[in-house]
Amino acid sequence: MQSYYNDKVVRQFTFMTIFWGIVGMLVGVVIAAQLWIPGLNFDVPWLTYSRLRPLHTNAVIFAFGGSALIGTSLYVVQRTCSVRLISDKLAALVFWGWQLVIVLAVITLPLGITQSKEYAELEWPIDILIAVVWIAYAILFFGTIGKRKIKHVYVANWFYGAFILTIALLHIVNNLALPVSLTKSYPIYTGAVDAMVQWWYGHNAVGFFLTAGFLGMMYYFIPKHVGRPIYSYRLSIVHFWALISIYMWAGPHHLHYTALPNWIQSLGMVFSIILLAPSWGGMINGIMTLSGAWDRLYKDPIVKMMVVALSFYGMSTFEGPLMAIKTVNALSHYTDWTIGHVHSGALGWVAMMTISSMYVLLPRLYGKKEMYSTALINVHFWLATIGILVYAVSMWIAGVMQGLMWRTFNTLPEDGTLKYTFIESIAATKPYYAFRLLGGLLFLSGMLIMAYNVYKTVKKQQPANALIPQAKTA
Amino acid sequence: MLNDGMLSNGWHWLVVIGSIANILACWWLLRWSAKTKVKSNDDNTTGHIWDEDITELNNPLPRWWLGLFYGSILFALGYLVLYPGLGNYKGTLGWSQESQLVEDTTRVESKIAETQKFWNDYSTEDLLSNRSVLKTGKRIFANNCAMCHGSGGQGAIGYPNLTDKDWQWGHGFDQLVDIITNGRTARGMMAWKDSLGGEQGVKDVAAYVRKLGGLEHDEKEAEVGMTLYNKTCIGCHGPTGAGLQALGAPKLSDEYWLYGSDLDSLYETIANGRSGQMPAQKDLLNSYRIRAVVAYVMSLSKKNEEDNKQANVKESSN
Repeated sequence: MQSYYNDKVVRQFTFMTIFWGIVGMLVGVVIAAQLWIPGLNFDVPWLTYSRLRPLHTNAVIFAFGGSALIGTSLYVVQRTCSVRLISDKLAALVFWGWQLVIVLAVITLPLGITQSKEYAELEWPIDILIAVVWIAYAILFFGTIGKRKIKHVYVANWFYGAFILTIALLHIVNNLALPVSLTKSYPIYTGAVDAMVQWWYGHNAVGFFLTAGFLGMMYYFIPKHVGRPIYSYRLSIVHFWALISIYMWAGPHHLHYTALPNWIQSLGMVFSIILLAPSWGGMINGIMTLSGAWDRLYKDPIVKMMVVALSFYGMSTFEGPLMAIKTVNALSHYTDWTIGHVHSGALGWVAMMTISSMYVLLPRLYGKKEMYSTALINVHFWLATIGILVYAVSMWIAGVMQGLMWRTFNTLPEDGTLKYTFIESIAATKPYYAFRLLGGLLFLSGMLIMAYNVYKTVKKQQPANALIPQAKTA
Repeated sequence: MLNDGMLSNGWHWLVVIGSIANILACWWLLRWSAKTKVKSNDDNTTGHIWDEDITELNNPLPRWWLGLFYGSILFALGYLVLYPGLGNYKGTLGWSQESQLVEDTTRVESKIAETQKFWNDYSTEDLLSNRSVLKTGKRIFANNCAMCHGSGGQGAIGYPNLTDKDWQWGHGFDQLVDIITNGRTARGMMAWKDSLGGEQGVKDVAAYVRKLGGLEHDEKEAEVGMTLYNKTCIGCHGPTGAGLQALGAPKLSDEYWLYGSDLDSLYETIANGRSGQMPAQKDLLNSYRIRAVVAYVMSLSKKNEEDNKQANVKESSN
């Protein structure tokens, strides 16, 4: 009996990844412009920075990143288990449910309906919907693994699995709240405990959504695209277990020098430092897997994207532990350095990994060998890479400058007063905000080129029905 | 958790055992992977195949990476001996963020005190004519006061202008020192709408207040307003609207209006009340620095006065 993979849900998520990527990055560009020229909110409440900023973060992390992760995980789990998803209905529920969550976010956030918890702004009815969809997704994913025809569970699935389980836990614990109306609730935690729970959530959202999930993507699409074996099975075991256990402790580094007790801050710092090696394990495995295919760097822009993605991954997972050191954090905290760090991870690693994986995945979903235009992928590569560099470098300079200006005391005479006022540091930052906007625009224009390339690739193409191969004994 | 930040015994040991166990588990993981032999084929792959062509090599962990990992574990253990981290254990250095703050501020304050403590003995004239004092005062003002009173002390709606002749709470040197040190709260201006008999009563009083201020007004409303004013407002603002500095009740017969003089603003002020607050600065600034700020603030209005004088001289000479 012949049977096929369920690629319909993968195609749906793939298109929405690109769509939400463009929407989320566009909103990012708008708020970057507002930081440069504040009048660009036109005094319209739902266009103000305070409401669009959570829309931007939710759209790029959960709509763009989320669609990419769910879509690719459902592709990868079928391919590496040689079995169709356990339920097409459940798959449809996950897709439409997730899109409904995003649409509700797009409506409620500009209206100012928010829990005021960073990356967890959505109010309780949407949170419940997220929990339901996520549990459906977990059943779909792990159910499929349970029916696998290949005995060994592939490393990509460990990472996707850790991502799914942990996000469920984080989401539910951090969003426990007492509703007072349909649009308003109060967290059950108070004071420093609330802050700690929030950043336990916030940091692990970075760790398990933006790191572990995308490592899962990396572990499938890199070896698949370059046709090379994974460099080290042993390394993947060690860095997986170390990464997921150590990450859980690192959240307090978001709250250095606050009302949080000293001991939690110290634990957050030392675990962040131990986290460096496990994080780099993924980079080493990725780069060394690519290393037999350097000849393809010349002609294959997808390989170039993968190299840049891994490089930014390595760079920002070095920067993270560095910024978690108290002495460094005393300078970097509350400055634009943090924004630069987040974006070198989010654009350099997460978006680049997603984009390169989409370029590998899309033609396959339509039974084609490659995208419509490799030249356009190359243009996209350069726009994205230059965009990230302009963005990250301007924010590094701005952040270090702000940190130094804020802590500089007057010296002649030494009278205990600050040399600069806060507004002077804002004025000094303004040019860098313009550069940041330029970086964002470059990155966004790359996404638009991608959308065109995708349109030309799938236009008039029938979706491919992929046959499940007869399982080999593994 | 108790208020002094100490954990109960159970939590303390949970933290100690949990964190050390996780760190040691990483160490064990590295040792285990070095010892364990994974079955591998002749081509060094593990023999697993996924999706037709994905395979795995079984290369050993890179030595530099292992060194990095072991190094960071040793660093962590060392740090947890020296600094507070393991629950209630304080660390051998006795460091805390609170002690760091006290140490830093004490060091800086003692240095600064040498140059600034004399300011307590300086007379008003000495301070006002000392450029170094005024410059210090200006920087303190820029970082502590300017967010409400404006970068040049020009104020905003609800935040007094410090460059004019109107002083809600008085403007002698010692008065200003007291205002900045202890703060002020204007408690008297409650919501008067109900006691004035509703909307029209508020409008009438607003008209009368404009009359007191010499502004255009509806005579009829003002007449009714006068009766209401004399019953309700006179206690603080006085029969002629002269105000009462001791209560911070503004003078209504001059050209300065903290919350605006148009009918809408007056309506809002009278109907719903205002509660202006100047926060106490004594915990943020010490006594001699408050004197420097006062000198700077006084120099602002003095400068303004001189500018006006010059302007008047010019006008009369024309």
